[in-house]
Amino acid sequence: MNVNFSPEELVFQDEVRAFFAEEYPQDILEGRRKSMLASRDIYIRGQQALHTKGWAGINWPVEYGGTGWSVTQKYIFFNEFAAADCPTIIPFGLGMVGPVIYTYGTEEQKEKFLPDILSSSVWWCQGYSEPGAGSDLASLKTRADLDGDEYVINGTKTWTTLAQHADWIFILARTNSDVARKQEGISFLLVKMDAPGITVTPIYTLDGDHEINQVFFDNVRIPADQLIGEEGKGWTYGKFLLTHERANIAGVALSKQRLRKLKKKLASYEQQGQAPADVESFRRKMAEVEIQLSALEYTELRTLASVSTGKAPGPESSILKIKGTEMQQAIDNLFFELSAYGALPNLRAQYEAGYDGDIVDDDGSSLTALRYFNFRKASIYGGSNEIQKNIIAKAVLRI
Amino acid sequence: MDFSLSDEQAMLKESVVQYIDKSYGFEQRMQVVASSAPYSAEKWAEFADLGWLSLPFSTDDDGFDGGAVELMLIMQELGRGLVIEPYLAAVVLAGGCIKRSGNVALRKLLLPAIMSGESVPALAYAERGSRYTLNHVGVTAVADGEDFVINGEKFVVLNGGTADQIVLSARTSGATTDDDGITLFCVCADVAGIERQGFVTVDGAHAANITFDNVRIGKADAVSEIGLGLGILEAAILDATLAVSAEAVGIMEALTTKTIEYTRNRQQFGVPLSSFQALQHRMVDMFMELEQSRSLLLRAAIMLDEDSPDAAAAVASLKYYVGTAGRKLGEEAVQLHGGMGVSNEVDIAHLFKRITVIDTLFGNSDYQLHRYIQSS
Repeated sequence: MNVNFSPEELVFQDEVRAFFAEEYPQDILEGRRKSMLASRDIYIRGQQALHTKGWAGINWPVEYGGTGWSVTQKYIFFNEFAAADCPTIIPFGLGMVGPVIYTYGTEEQKEKFLPDILSSSVWWCQGYSEPGAGSDLASLKTRADLDGDEYVINGTKTWTTLAQHADWIFILARTNSDVARKQEGISFLLVKMDAPGITVTPIYTLDGDHEINQVFFDNVRIPADQLIGEEGKGWTYGKFLLTHERANIAGVALSKQRLRKLKKKLASYEQQGQAPADVESFRRKMAEVEIQLSALEYTELRTLASVSTGKAPGPESSILKIKGTEMQQAIDNLFFELSAYGALPNLRAQYEAGYDGDIVDDDGSSLTALRYFNFRKASIYGGSNEIQKNIIAKAVLRI
Repeated sequence: MDFSLSDEQAMLKESVVQYIDKSYGFEQRMQVVASSAPYSAEKWAEFADLGWLSLPFSTDDDGFDGGAVELMLIMQELGRGLVIEPYLAAVVLAGGCIKRSGNVALRKLLLPAIMSGESVPALAYAERGSRYTLNHVGVTAVADGEDFVINGEKFVVLNGGTADQIVLSARTSGATTDDDGITLFCVCADVAGIERQGFVTVDGAHAANITFDNVRIGKADAVSEIGLGLGILEAAILDATLAVSAEAVGIMEALTTKTIEYTRNRQQFGVPLSSFQALQHRMVDMFMELEQSRSLLLRAAIMLDEDSPDAAAAVASLKYYVGTAGRKLGEEAVQLHGGMGVSNEVDIAHLFKRITVIDTLFGNSDYQLHRYIQSS
């Protein structure tokens, strides 16, 4: 039993570290240090830098242009990625639809879609939730009816993250209503966002940001060869997608990095004589989160280790999403509390690309309440944490 | 990165699991608890035969050279089986001090007897008012020629009532809370001037307050160098803290499994209790806390075995976590068992009592969190 890296793995760690210090676009990292918010352009340039290095398909097999990394290498990569403070990788293409296509798609589909996903030249979004189908996803009402060699799509998708940037959307739609279980008769389809009949309208989240959207489909016609796998088996592919990204689901590396930043912020406040009056109780709360995070890191490592030896992930893997999002939210809250009055001004615009007005906030404090508000979503999306508990009760505890 | 057990470790685990499942029944345990004996001498002899009593001692001392991972493996199962025998007190605590002694003659005298099961010692470190602080030592050992004369009282000594040998911390110089000036001695429990006030602890184990009234012992009985005993004591307590944390994880496992089982079988309103989502989610919470505790346990054991500079902080974070999560889990298990949970005849009640005691041993959650913050 050990958690040491082999000499080869240590060399790899140096290589990853050097990449972020030298080859990765430094202006992006400089912006992050100033708490700047990422734009479409920044996300794409960050991902393209990874692609140039051959590191875009982190979880992908080599034959489809992926890294083919071991779980330890992925663990090292994500730690360095977080420590360098890179903007997040938008998951819809690289983390979600890509693996679905190389696992269930036809050769033509693989050739057509995978290279553009790897190079981030096409932006994907995810059409799962609907106004009437949230955690109960299988109740979805969007229909796709076969008409000759085309599907005709009608319905509404919602909470669609960054659909305003997207070139393509993957959706789950009902192709057959005459089924015994509502999970049957659902299909997985790829739709070009500029198809006639698609309308995207913004939804503003509680922090005032335009991140999510409603996407309307009104007699949208797509070629039938944009169906993935078999018609009516979309639920299986959709579930595969939800469970695919185990390697980074808990966001431990990112939370560790944010905790380091939080400690720095506290230290700098102490230096300036601005520490909370009850700094000891703040320190205790911080330590409690740090310990939870150490536990979660080992829970994730246990999962990775068992997967790497060819075993199925153990029961411990099921808790990663719940605990991971709880930790993210706990850290959001600590940033908010530490910022005190500094959290109150709503200065989002100051941190957006191209801002040239007065600088009112100089340390990112004014983003902490907004971030706290926005990330209440974490325990709701991807199957709410209550749904996750239902799954654990049924699948793990066999209650 | 490798979380798999070596063949030897897997065999050890298997043997303890087998023993607990087949030879250590709850009914039998409760008979021992109800009797006047502090534990079963017969079981203790079996532990010796199985080699468990030799586990943490070096091969130089004819032990099995087990490290933190081995200690973790055995203690988890002893927890799950709610074992009442004083493995912690005799082997981990008293044995843990003696095995670190530079006094070879003493080691050669005491360790073989511990490993064979003949000697079942105790470690007397706590005092009234010391709380969890190891350097708070008011018991004095004053040099008198070649001897030391010991005076004072030790408080809640686990297995202290019947131990044949008592390892104790005593002050040979300095003020009550100085780090320097603490010496560890080993005394025969039947020497003149030792008085023991035995009692049963709330979890059914036995302990004693021990007073030393002009107890005279020789320099040869010093376990540590004179005045430099704190390091050995801290190291033994660190191992013991890992040990009880592992025991707690074993208990949490039993609490979770038994609670799920109970709610599946217990019918109310015409359906099993387990069909209620409010209860399902509470059991999922128990399971998650168990797995998070298990992760911190592995982390601390690996770091101890690697002599990591962060090992003490890792053990403090572990003990903090199992203290908090373990007590919560115990309370939840009792709650979900309803009236049965507060009945003294069911194992749940005893698992709950033991995990509550474990939070107090070597420093409760608040204390450990404080230690963690100090050391990180």
